[in-house]
Amino acid sequence: MVKYFACVGHLKSSWDQVCIAFWERYPNPYSNHVLTEDIIFREVTPGNRLVSRRLLTKTNRTPRWMEKYLPVTMARHAYIIEDSIVDPQNRTMTTLTWNISHARMMSVEERCEYRINPDNTSWTEINREAWISSNLYGLSRAIQEFGLARFKTSVTKTMKGFEYVLAKMQGDTPSRTLAEHATERARETALAAKEKAKGLASQAHKKQQYV
Amino acid sequence: MLIVLKMNSVGEGCTDLKREYDQCFNRWFAEKFLKEDRSSDPCTEMFKKYQHCVQKAIKEKNIPIDGVEFMGPNKDKPDS
Repeated sequence: MVKYFACVGHLKSSWDQVCIAFWERYPNPYSNHVLTEDIIFREVTPGNRLVSRRLLTKTNRTPRWMEKYLPVTMARHAYIIEDSIVDPQNRTMTTLTWNISHARMMSVEERCEYRINPDNTSWTEINREAWISSNLYGLSRAIQEFGLARFKTSVTKTMKGFEYVLAKMQGDTPSRTLAEHATERARETALAAKEKAKGLASQAHKKQQYV
Repeated sequence: MLIVLKMNSVGEGCTDLKREYDQCFNRWFAEKFLKEDRSSDPCTEMFKKYQHCVQKAIKEKNIPIDGVEFMGPNKDKPDS
């Protein structure tokens, strides 16, 4: 069973600018969960297309109900691959992104086509499709719903991240998003500190019980 | 307030090589590639050094990148 999702988005920047931003979009205020980024393959084809493979590591934030079913040893970080083809002659870019870790638990695959907006040639149209599936017996439907909900949130973040980077490239950094960034970072730091404190507290409590 | 942030490589010792390569690539991509200028890529040496480092890190961390075809998983996708 696979959940399918499709949407169309627009960025008010030229296709060229969007492709440039595509390689520069990390980090941005909406990508705090993306920890590392590496190009692990790249080549220009005889037809003058640029093919690249990018490896990302992201924090693996699953809800608590899902954590119960994961083995304790399961990695805290998720690995994602993004393949892309940039065609400067046809002015199209195609990307395919999928997770190579935790795939049996939940697999998310996203395919995007970036092209010049047919209604406004100074804008870019993004056609996005995703396939979300889970193979865990008994939990697959719940996991797929979670996966779809998280994917939709991540699409919003992706578009906001793009807009942020494009605005920066064009010389105007929106100060509101800088403030949002600072707030989000502060919130994440506070949350991490709280979690750590909780963990230490429960450890201390356990130790007490043995005394 | 200017925040200059850059991403790290998955290989802790590869970040400097990565950033050097990225800078070279971004310039070439915008000024040459997108303009369909096919003159030679000035970043090949930097890319080799960076790849040598990062591929080693990937092996050490057992990141499962092997055997995955380019654009592989998207063959015959069902719609539901």
